[in-house]
Amino acid sequence: MSILVESSTRVLCQGITGYRGSFFSHRAIEYGTRIVGGVVPGRGGQKHLNLPVFDTVSEAREATDATASVLFVPPHAAKDAVIEAIDAGIELIVCITEGIPMLDMLRIKERLSDSNSNMIGPNCPGIIAPGKCNIGIIPSSIYEPGRIGVVSRSGTLFYEAVAQLCTDGLGQSTCVGIGADVIQGMAFTDCLELFLDDADTDAVLLIGEIGGAAEEDAAQYLASANYPKPVLGYIAGRHAPPDRRMGHSGAIISAGLGGAERKIEMLRDAGVTLIESPVEIGRTVRRAVRH
Amino acid sequence: MKVHEYQAKEILRKYGVVTPRNVVCWNSDEVPDALAQLGGSVWVVKAQIHAGGRGKGGGVRVVQSEQDAVQAAREIMQRPLVTPQTGPRGQPVRRLLVEEGIPIQSEIYAGLVVDRTTQRVVLMVSPEGGMEIEEVAAETPEKIHKTFINPEVGLTDADAESAARFCGVPEELAGSAATLLNSLYLAFWDCDASLAEINPLVVTEDGRVIALDAKMTFDDSASYRNPEFSEFRDLDEESPEEIEASDAGLSYISLDGNIGCLVNGAGLAMATMDIIKLYGEEPANFLDVGGGATTEQVIAAFKIMLGNDRISAVLVNIFGGIMRCDVIAEGLVSAFSQIELKVPVVVRLEGTNVERGKQILSDSGLTLILADTMDDAARKVVQAVRGE
Repeated sequence: MSILVESSTRVLCQGITGYRGSFFSHRAIEYGTRIVGGVVPGRGGQKHLNLPVFDTVSEAREATDATASVLFVPPHAAKDAVIEAIDAGIELIVCITEGIPMLDMLRIKERLSDSNSNMIGPNCPGIIAPGKCNIGIIPSSIYEPGRIGVVSRSGTLFYEAVAQLCTDGLGQSTCVGIGADVIQGMAFTDCLELFLDDADTDAVLLIGEIGGAAEEDAAQYLASANYPKPVLGYIAGRHAPPDRRMGHSGAIISAGLGGAERKIEMLRDAGVTLIESPVEIGRTVRRAVRH
Repeated sequence: MKVHEYQAKEILRKYGVVTPRNVVCWNSDEVPDALAQLGGSVWVVKAQIHAGGRGKGGGVRVVQSEQDAVQAAREIMQRPLVTPQTGPRGQPVRRLLVEEGIPIQSEIYAGLVVDRTTQRVVLMVSPEGGMEIEEVAAETPEKIHKTFINPEVGLTDADAESAARFCGVPEELAGSAATLLNSLYLAFWDCDASLAEINPLVVTEDGRVIALDAKMTFDDSASYRNPEFSEFRDLDEESPEEIEASDAGLSYISLDGNIGCLVNGAGLAMATMDIIKLYGEEPANFLDVGGGATTEQVIAAFKIMLGNDRISAVLVNIFGGIMRCDVIAEGLVSAFSQIELKVPVVVRLEGTNVERGKQILSDSGLTLILADTMDDAARKVVQAVRGE
């Protein structure tokens, strides 16, 4: 098994006719992902990439039985597009869009909290179960099937970490790039809960960074759940200056909160093996799973 | 985007927040006219810079005569204002706000921010007006009252009134204070703010509730909804290199070390800084060129980095994902051939089509130090700055 997606997962693409929607849908299909249709308001009835295009998510869901949707829509259209997917009962929403206004995200979060939908992102690479399903913009060629679960706030550092795992002979069960915006969908804790119940995941690698409290929340969860699987973590930005936004909208240490040291300390206290150096990720995980 | 106090007040007034009457002055010669316009016998001269803590640095003066007002204005504008938030070099003052003096009875704090834990807007109030809210939170957290606001409902009158009462606002003024808090929330939401703070919010001796100070920050992602705010941007408050970087679509932060870093992706850029520190040297900057790392971006990035005299080597760390390494390598070669490489440059490429990418770099004839892994790259750049 994998978490959130399977090889049978049926996926819609909202914004499929746009440049990025089209490019990444094509790649996903080549990988074997079951992209079953697209949603573009005003384009209903057309075909794109040989797939049916619908005006609304609910029509698309009705016609295709899709349970997941990936969004490549412009930031100003993202709030309505995500809420449309929630209202249509889509179980997994993967929002790639970068630059959604924060107040729009607050509205989205409110709707998510009353729903059965999970959202990954926004401003994230997406999710891949290597060999089965790739939703988003993850460069699938560097990923290999295996038994390590990975969850990351960053993009290229996520790829770096996975490349190191592969070099050390470790494949992955599912890898989730959750994004690093201030307001986001699924957090580390949500993914850790799912990896806990996944029989095909032996250990979890968590790639965190400064800002917010997602790592602290994860530490609290791991401690209270008495988490039985090995969890390893790397936190980027130990040497980031305070009050400066390090690229990602959420990567900022402000008023003494969000610094790496506290995250590292709490995770270590919760039993997580902290990886000191970003070049030791693969080796450290290999040592942990060999025990 | 940050704005000045007078701009924040201008915005808040449109939503019904009461502020002292005021006039903006661009030099001390304009001050006498401002006083004449305002009338009265007590005024406040306030430095307009984006950094907080202006009072502590001597940037806020209460004056009672024209002579004192002009003198205060001159002194404030004479040299950069140093506050706990500006750093030791301070920030030059180019604008002043002259306001009517207000007879203060009590001061409270009111602020709206997005709370990351609850993922809601939170209204924070405290009877400790005039103090930094971070200090209050650290020392006497029981003196802060928080209301987490459901975006579908907004700030209710009942919540606004109980916030006002918590701050000890007299019963007969609780309604006016609640109205002001509601106006603040309306402005926050309507303007896509990420911060709206009134500190202090004062109750006057004659029974009014007035925003004595105001601070607002806006969400850059929503700037398309408020195009009129672009005129509020003050480029003098931003560092020239950071303006250049943002114009080129780069994310750049200057640091104190001597190893320039050019990385694609913010997380990898932070990890690159971390590994340099771990190997005993200091990064000169954080620089994220974005996932694609195009020729134009790399050229812009090098220009900005090499403008820093401290740089004695550069580490380029690129993970090519969707953007293949061979494409990135061609972009790097094209960029490097247009820049004079005055310092050693270590390049590490990884990802899709990495072998072809490396071949392109080594065939280019450029004097680059190529590295195989991030570890190798960090070691080589550290050796380069140490002259080993």
